[in-house]
Amino acid sequence: MTKKRLLLGIAWLFLMVSPLAVWAQDRVVSGKITDSKDGSPVVGASVAPKGAAGGTTTGNDGSFSLRIGPSVKTLVITSIGFVRQEIDANGSGPLSISLVSSQTSLNEVVVVGYGTQRKKDLTGAVTSITSKDFVKGPITTPEQLIAGKVAGVQISSNSGQPGAGSRIRIRGGTSLNASNDPLIVIDGVPVENAGIAGSPNPLSLINPNEIESFNILKDASAAAIYGSRAANGVILITTRRGRADKLRVSFNTLNSVAVKTGTVDVMNADEFRNLVNARGTTNEKALLGTANTNWQEEIYRAAFMTDNNIAVTGGIKQLPYRLSIGYLNQDGILKTSNLQRTSLGLNLNPKFFDNHLSVTTNIKYSLSKNRFANQGAIGSAVYFDPTKSVNSGKTEFGGYTEWTSASGVLNGLAPKNPVGLLNQRDDRSDVSRLIGNVQLDYKFHFLPELRANLNAGLDRAHGEGTIFVPATAASDFVRKGVNNTYEQDKTNKLLEFYFNYVKEIKSIRSRIDVIAGYSWQDWLTKSPALPDLQADGVTVQKPAGIPFETQNTLVSFYGRLNYALMDKYLLTVTMRRDGSSRFSENNRWGNFPSAAFAWKISDENFLKNNKVISNLKLRLGWGITGQQDGIGDYNYLPAYFFSDSAARYQLGSGYVTLARPQGFDANLKWEETETRNIGIDVGLLSNRLNFSVDYYEKDTRDLLAVVPAAAGTNFTNQLLTNVGSIKNRGLEFVINSTVIDKGDFTLDLGFNLTYIIQNEITRLQLAKDPNFLGAETGGSGFNNVQIHSVGYRPSTFFLYQQIYDEKSGLPIEGLYVDRNRDGIINDFDKNWVKNPDPTVFMGFTAAASYKKWNAGFVLRANTGNYMYNAVRANSGILQNVFTGQGYLNNGHSNVLTTGFGQRQTWTDYYLENASFLRMDNLYLNYHVGEIMKGKADLRVNANIQNVFVITKYSGLDPEINGGIDNTIFPRPRIFAIGFNLDF
Amino acid sequence: MNMNKILLTVLGISAMVACTKDLNRIPRYSTTSEQLYKNEAGYKSSLAKVYAGLALTGNAGPDGSGDLGGIDEGFSSYLRNFWNLQELSTDEAVIAWNDQTIKDFHDMDWTSADNFNRALYSRIFYQITLANAFIAEAADDKVAARGISGADADKIKLYRAEARFLRALSYWHALDLYGSVTFVTEKDAVGAFLPKQATRQELFQYVESECLAIESILANAKANEYARADKAAVWMLLANLYLNAEVYIKSPKYSEAIAQVNKVIAAGYTLQPNYQHLFLADNHTSSEVIFPVAFDGNKSRTWGGTTFLTHAPVGGDMNVNDFGIDFGWGGIRTTSAIVDKFADPSGNTDKRAQFQIAGQTLAIANISEFRDGYSIRKWRNRTSTGAAGSNPTWVDIDFPMFRLGEAYLIYIEAVLRGGTGGSNNQALAYFNALRQRAYGNTSGNVSSINLQDVLDERARELHWEGKRRTDLIRYGLFTTGTYLWPWKGGVPGGRAVESFRNVYPIPAAEINVNTNLIQNEGY
Repeated sequence: MTKKRLLLGIAWLFLMVSPLAVWAQDRVVSGKITDSKDGSPVVGASVAPKGAAGGTTTGNDGSFSLRIGPSVKTLVITSIGFVRQEIDANGSGPLSISLVSSQTSLNEVVVVGYGTQRKKDLTGAVTSITSKDFVKGPITTPEQLIAGKVAGVQISSNSGQPGAGSRIRIRGGTSLNASNDPLIVIDGVPVENAGIAGSPNPLSLINPNEIESFNILKDASAAAIYGSRAANGVILITTRRGRADKLRVSFNTLNSVAVKTGTVDVMNADEFRNLVNARGTTNEKALLGTANTNWQEEIYRAAFMTDNNIAVTGGIKQLPYRLSIGYLNQDGILKTSNLQRTSLGLNLNPKFFDNHLSVTTNIKYSLSKNRFANQGAIGSAVYFDPTKSVNSGKTEFGGYTEWTSASGVLNGLAPKNPVGLLNQRDDRSDVSRLIGNVQLDYKFHFLPELRANLNAGLDRAHGEGTIFVPATAASDFVRKGVNNTYEQDKTNKLLEFYFNYVKEIKSIRSRIDVIAGYSWQDWLTKSPALPDLQADGVTVQKPAGIPFETQNTLVSFYGRLNYALMDKYLLTVTMRRDGSSRFSENNRWGNFPSAAFAWKISDENFLKNNKVISNLKLRLGWGITGQQDGIGDYNYLPAYFFSDSAARYQLGSGYVTLARPQGFDANLKWEETETRNIGIDVGLLSNRLNFSVDYYEKDTRDLLAVVPAAAGTNFTNQLLTNVGSIKNRGLEFVINSTVIDKGDFTLDLGFNLTYIIQNEITRLQLAKDPNFLGAETGGSGFNNVQIHSVGYRPSTFFLYQQIYDEKSGLPIEGLYVDRNRDGIINDFDKNWVKNPDPTVFMGFTAAASYKKWNAGFVLRANTGNYMYNAVRANSGILQNVFTGQGYLNNGHSNVLTTGFGQRQTWTDYYLENASFLRMDNLYLNYHVGEIMKGKADLRVNANIQNVFVITKYSGLDPEINGGIDNTIFPRPRIFAIGFNLDF
Repeated sequence: MNMNKILLTVLGISAMVACTKDLNRIPRYSTTSEQLYKNEAGYKSSLAKVYAGLALTGNAGPDGSGDLGGIDEGFSSYLRNFWNLQELSTDEAVIAWNDQTIKDFHDMDWTSADNFNRALYSRIFYQITLANAFIAEAADDKVAARGISGADADKIKLYRAEARFLRALSYWHALDLYGSVTFVTEKDAVGAFLPKQATRQELFQYVESECLAIESILANAKANEYARADKAAVWMLLANLYLNAEVYIKSPKYSEAIAQVNKVIAAGYTLQPNYQHLFLADNHTSSEVIFPVAFDGNKSRTWGGTTFLTHAPVGGDMNVNDFGIDFGWGGIRTTSAIVDKFADPSGNTDKRAQFQIAGQTLAIANISEFRDGYSIRKWRNRTSTGAAGSNPTWVDIDFPMFRLGEAYLIYIEAVLRGGTGGSNNQALAYFNALRQRAYGNTSGNVSSINLQDVLDERARELHWEGKRRTDLIRYGLFTTGTYLWPWKGGVPGGRAVESFRNVYPIPAAEINVNTNLIQNEGY
């Protein structure tokens, strides 16, 4: 708005108003805008006087104050994700405005790769989840914020360890040996998602409180702009921003206690004693003790957590900022485990040159201090003799009872005292991570339709740790303890540059939006060679003198065209050309195109004013994405690597370091996934009821797979090469609805379902030998129980068919169906049975609000997934109890049922249906309102995490990634209480 | 603003040009073949890898950077798998563990899908591929082209001949275990191709011709550095090849075998005075060993090799201190068939009877029960003076691949089978020399011997040294019903099994990936 027009406006206003009320003056209206769902403040909502100039946005606490002229009668409130609202501005006192969420609002802007798009203009399968829809409660790692919320996206935490990572799968895995993890982009910086030494999960280094939204690009047409790394989908994370406004402070705290949900069903001391007395030899009976120890009770505890965050936003002159500090201190339920995370976030987004240049600076820093509990104690608590006491009353082994021979020599094969394992291992790490970027976005003065965007980013992590085990500890008794350190540095640098041209061409009722860009990204990982030391510092093994270092670089060119005709027919075409240092010059470059078309049927005349159908859109997409993550950086190169000091060979009187040529495939190249997607979005009754259906097909070819290399042809027997293909087909269904919206009371329900129609290895080898069964995988602790075979899902269970006693219904030990009727039971009698991954998975969300109260829950269900109960298989056998090695093991009480003598690894008896329904979260919030004489606003909340699990599975938890239950750090049930205070 | 535009464009383009060069990343702490082979020391490091292929499993000791995939690294050891396939399938050994299909060997019902069998096939050809690459790089013209000459070039000439010996050794193992196998030489470059299969006849001729070709290049017997191959190693390999020629190519070559062992015996090796010292931590000092596979508790660590052979037979009431180890693995024992080869299994008369009797039963009711069956106290990580090895977890014992005792036994058998170049009297003298050492006096001496006596003497002398399966096949006893031992074929009393089991199957995974290969009959 030019000055001239402003002056004119003011003059006009003055003229209009002065004859009526000479004394009328501007007045200040203030108020607070909250989310109708839970009373939380709506930050950054825009408040504008209707029919007049000016306006403001709300701060962190949702409040605003605005000077308006006397003529202004109405305020217009708008905010992304909420229904636009007009409010009478003539009331007295502060206004209290409650905005109704419009997850259905199609004007919502969705972040896509290199830019944003209006939701209604989307052509690809993109799901957007903003903070108001995040999973509530004690969540310490970002990905858990959206668990169960998105169709086609499966997020399962790996364990109950503080900061534990999750397995994220978007539309199932497409790869066997390359990564199946999606690409994660935070504020435009694709981040390192592989492990960082000393951290259980690289994502846990990011404070979830910092996150504003997730946008998940599921199909190729949406993701292909990320080319070679998009085959498993892309998750775009946007963090919270600063706003030019008055100083606002918000503080939240969440405090919780976690308890274990159960224990592995092992024999108790009396059952164990009875078994040994009934079936043991004299020597074995003599090994029994007199105590009654429940080892699982000894190693777990009720664990506390406190998570506190304070955020300050405001503007210094034209510089809007947001500064946040978080502190998390979380104990794990396994004794001694602890995570402390201090995080710092700074966001600055000033604008220059008449708003033509906007600069966005994000810095996120965190320092995590971990104390890792010795998770060996979890297994040991299953196996350690319950008739032994925790403490021996003697001094050796730090006073812990351990298995020794009669002469007192430690039994090396026997499990070690679980309590000793925990208390005698001091394993700590400090991990820092800095993710920062500066983005310059310049709108050309002479051509405002053209933007240039430069983004420079850095993701740096440093992990270091120390492990100390005293020489007396049984776990490392032979080597006289441990006193080691480790270190790792990861640096990921990004430089991106693109032009964006947007033009409305009214004459042909068209709108074009073109992007062309370039990107350079480099990853470097380093760790020094450090010695292996005893507790007293004496060297066990000298360092090899060869530090570890690996580096790879990705250079890309990309472009996208969005074309909209009559605002009804939308076309998106993208192209990305990626070059990776992981491949030879001949195979270095890959082209990843995509195309998508959408038709907004509801904008056609025949539906335009339909009372029922408010939105109807058809989306068609096709694209090719690639994969090169998860493989080594130099697999195509013939290189020699030197051995360490303990792998030398004696020639003469000296020991010679070995020079080993590595196996390589000079022709290694991209794995490619071709995706087809068809989707329909429907909105009914003014979009109060929305649903979407998507059908997808993914064909992955030139699979990066480790397969047998023909003997004599390479320096390995298992070569990473491009061979084989996988086919995925699936159906996704989402429904969201505001079921009730009656003044004080609203109820929103959301449901999503994903049906995996097909997930099949269609090719794995050069030739087809009927005797080649596939590539075994999935160790149960002793043997592989899964296989990658053509015609089956990856990692299908490959087991014998158990024969049962007709009378008792119990399995008969070692008796299996001779499937090929050749009189012997061998691998050819094994059967491909079931899969660890579900065929259908669902999420169900409910949120209700009544006046100042609101409550909700998230339910998640998997069906068709099976679990191999390795705890039963390995410990629930007599052979395990009666070791014949001078000690006794406890084990799963299943041994009392089956009476199995030997380990029957491959019986399908141990394979169980692990379908489940889990309530991830249940919450209740109360909006207290203003306190401290109106200076602050208070909200109180109560949460339960991991509320219940309904399953037939007999083990502790039916959700173990990989489908083999060998005991994990159990997921606890967490009770949390917290409050938010806004100033 | 035009300036801005130009600046940005220039910046952009220069960045793009500069950065595509970044795609040529090479690993910092490794080397290319050109760098490695620029001097003699580099050649030696590469040769050491070929030697170590018999002993170690990867680039990190004891594990962590394995050479092979698809199998637990400890199980991928050349010697360990070789031993398992040669011993577990016979009367000499049973194993308690339930690892994958490990029990199938004694049950004699292994299949082409067997993972241990695949691991050995892979390991043998990994070894051959390493040797091929070395032999190609050590060719005279390549060495000369790299500017290496004089004494260094002479050393490399020797290294190359040793690599050819190691390759011939592995091809002999392949011939013995599998019959007709994949065939690759230094002429085949590494990469994606499908090698041809060689017949037994072709393999036999190849091993023979290679041995004969390198014999003159190699160091004289006992003249090379410790653990490196010399002429005597080649003679032993040839002797074994000829001794089994009737099996391999249906053509007896006993005279040729005698000629080779005669050279060995004449080379000045002497029997280790105390038989038991042959398998201890300081056996590198033994004057009897012709070609060892070397191990060290600190510098050459593996979960295979002699560390396996020392730990796996210890369990039950056995005292780990006797073995100089941290703890036993409770796995392997022997059957009564071997115990019965000794008139007095106590070890009081024949010192080669080193059975663990206390706490064990002679009969095996249950193979999975460690206490069923006597264990053998042959491999011990203590020196001849009783001192402990350098490390209780990984042992110092070297594995005698060839030793003089075996040379005597080859001589004796070849003579009894009608070979010329030796005499019955000399054969009897060698036989009694071994017995005299075993008994400590002449009380065990015999006055006449027949072929069965030789086989039984081989069991007493060479048990658990990886020879038994080959011996039983040569005597026609491995699969037939003529000789049964406990649990042969998976039944307590033993049974005959199919004759096709005289060779192992080519792994199914191998057949599947190399369409040129034809599976052994029966599998």
